[in-house]
Amino acid sequence: MEGREPAMIVEIGAFAAVLAFTLSIAQGVLGLMGSRRESRAEAATAIAQAAAALSLLAFLCLIAAFVRSDFSVASVASNSHTEKPLAYRIAGAWGNHEGSMLLWCTVSACFGAFLASYRGEQSSGLWSRAVGVQGLVTAGALTYTLLLSNPFARLDPAPMQGAGLNPLLQDPALAAHPPMLYLGYVGLSVPFSLALAALIEGRADQAWARALRPWTLVAWTCLTLGIALGSYWAYYELGWGGWWFWDPVENASFMPWLLACALVHSAIVTERRGSLASWTILLAILGFGLALLGTFLVRSGVLTSVHAFAIDPRRGIAVLVLLALALGTAFSLYAWRAPKMAQPSGFAAISRESMLVWNNFGLAVATGVVLIGTLYPLVVEAFGGGLISVGPPFFNMTVAPILAALFLFLPFGPMLTWRIGDFRAALTRLAPAGLLAFMTLAAALVLTQWRAAPALGLALGVWLIAGGLVYLWARLQRGEGALVRKAAVLPLAVWSMSIAHVGAGVLTLGAVAETAFRVERAVALRPGEGVAFASRRVTLLQVGEIEGPNYSATRASFRVDASGGARTVSAERRFFQTSPMPTTEVGILPSFDGDLYIALGEEVRGGGGAWTVRLYHNPLVHLIFLGALMMGAGGALSLGALARRRRT
Amino acid sequence: MNLVGLVIAALAPHVLADPGQEARAQSLDREIRCVQCQNEPIAQSTADIAADMRALVRERIAAGDSDAEIRAFFRERYGDFVLFRPPMDGRTWLLWAAPFILLAGGLAAVLALGGRRVSVSPDLIPEEGER
Repeated sequence: MEGREPAMIVEIGAFAAVLAFTLSIAQGVLGLMGSRRESRAEAATAIAQAAAALSLLAFLCLIAAFVRSDFSVASVASNSHTEKPLAYRIAGAWGNHEGSMLLWCTVSACFGAFLASYRGEQSSGLWSRAVGVQGLVTAGALTYTLLLSNPFARLDPAPMQGAGLNPLLQDPALAAHPPMLYLGYVGLSVPFSLALAALIEGRADQAWARALRPWTLVAWTCLTLGIALGSYWAYYELGWGGWWFWDPVENASFMPWLLACALVHSAIVTERRGSLASWTILLAILGFGLALLGTFLVRSGVLTSVHAFAIDPRRGIAVLVLLALALGTAFSLYAWRAPKMAQPSGFAAISRESMLVWNNFGLAVATGVVLIGTLYPLVVEAFGGGLISVGPPFFNMTVAPILAALFLFLPFGPMLTWRIGDFRAALTRLAPAGLLAFMTLAAALVLTQWRAAPALGLALGVWLIAGGLVYLWARLQRGEGALVRKAAVLPLAVWSMSIAHVGAGVLTLGAVAETAFRVERAVALRPGEGVAFASRRVTLLQVGEIEGPNYSATRASFRVDASGGARTVSAERRFFQTSPMPTTEVGILPSFDGDLYIALGEEVRGGGGAWTVRLYHNPLVHLIFLGALMMGAGGALSLGALARRRRT
Repeated sequence: MNLVGLVIAALAPHVLADPGQEARAQSLDREIRCVQCQNEPIAQSTADIAADMRALVRERIAAGDSDAEIRAFFRERYGDFVLFRPPMDGRTWLLWAAPFILLAGGLAAVLALGGRRVSVSPDLIPEEGER
């Protein structure tokens, strides 16, 4: 057993967090006042860096408490266990409410320090005020953390063993999922700070948008990857072949993602053309508002039921107060200042700008629909209308068509020039992509016996992929010299946009194919018996008991005969001493047309040694995760493009 | 169906022999909420009650009920909560109207913005990355 005696390190962590709080307040005050005097702004910068260092120290102290299994700390006792492998003890530090809130604060403080340290071309007033607002955001989050969810709170007497060994959560994807999401959520706090600074200054120019863009990209990229990780985990761990369920918790991360995506695009218009500045500001405010709302929904217990929230409403109410403070201040400033901001140059109905406006229109409407669908059951319950559920059928019927319309227009955007575009020329250049999409539509209609929705979905996926490639090809035609040479000098920004847009197409193909054409079947098999499934033959070879490091398991091995040959795969049901419910370890056999996914069930009562086996064929499911990865890579490359541009 | 197939069908846990009917049952499994779990459809849940509810879906299908009748059956038995597709009534019309309201509002906003459009002539604005 490892050292359990209480150690000072926890008090050091708590003290560092309190210091970080006071410094964040100072950063806020000096930053907001610093626009008038350079020395104050410089002090705010130094203070922001110190606050970040102290938050980081506090978080490291918490990790140390988890690594040492110091069960005199309440958050460690209820969320860790000495039998957890080291990596998951570390991940346990942010895998619970208190620790994740400290992570939130730490990320916010670190982003504040970055913001303070890299001023770029921003005017000193904008920059210093943004640093100040970010300081207040950090201070607000730290207030909540220290008062209502202190990760350093002690327990006396300390238990001998921790209670946290949820086997479902011991997983690499799930360990990386919360930090990624939090980087995204908190990443949106920086555009919020910049937006408030712009409103206070009464000015949002192109230099301001240039400072905004990297942060929108950081937030969007991290949200993309964080959501993809969570979805991938659900797919292979929950054992029923699903990857997205429009669960309120999923929606809580999807809404900020949608708005961050809109913001990434509107910030481009503001930076390149100076237009849409006040809309970009509004998006930045709303994006952070939804990130806070997501935190509230997930953390307050309101999602289980309004009643669950009412049992211990302190945390929920505190987050709501913070949300109201942030949004109230922001909207008041917006109503006061935004109308007075200069309206810049116009653009034609067919232009790059107008396409980006339609992009924002689609994404904003989709966000609104998800928001209303997610909150509606809570509102109905609060008004005494009883319990209702709003789930996948509603969202698939409403959000999917909106996104489909958005995707229909997407490939035109990059093809049109700024200010005024030539729609006919864009159409001519996109003709090959359009032809390919129509061929896909026709083929899919025939093959699916006229199932219009999936056929349209697949055609849209092909349209996005081909459209992205056509744009890349068109850009490669410019200039002189060999193609390889031109590819080498092609701006990173072109690559990143193409990769992200093609990724959206790849994801669409996977999502549509998986949703519309998946097959599942539950069978009972005795060892030696086989069943024909999805042009394969699946045979149960044997079922045996095995012992894992901290669990025992029933393992079944299968032989799968397909046209390409035979392969074996095993699936398990694991029983952990600490958990009443068994977990499933599914067997997944990937192939180019999708995954064969096998989940082992229970032994059939009176079935003479037969086992329940659920077989799924998830067509093209890997494209979902590949597409999300491509979108994330596009975002990361785009960041690289901005960094490169800044250096030159 | 060969002999092995028959044996499998007989042993299989609540599976309808007709693949078309079973596909209907599976899609209903994804729309019906497990009443004991936290936000899980009965297709996903490992709880006993979810297994019973899956069996019930198949029983109703075998008895010749339509999808709408089965939804109504579950709604009567467990309340509106059990359906992930909320029924259209006095409480939910706003929910179902929301997408249209948002679309109309957004459209109006975009067109109002477009109304301020000035006449523009093409000029050279560098592409991303070309400065």
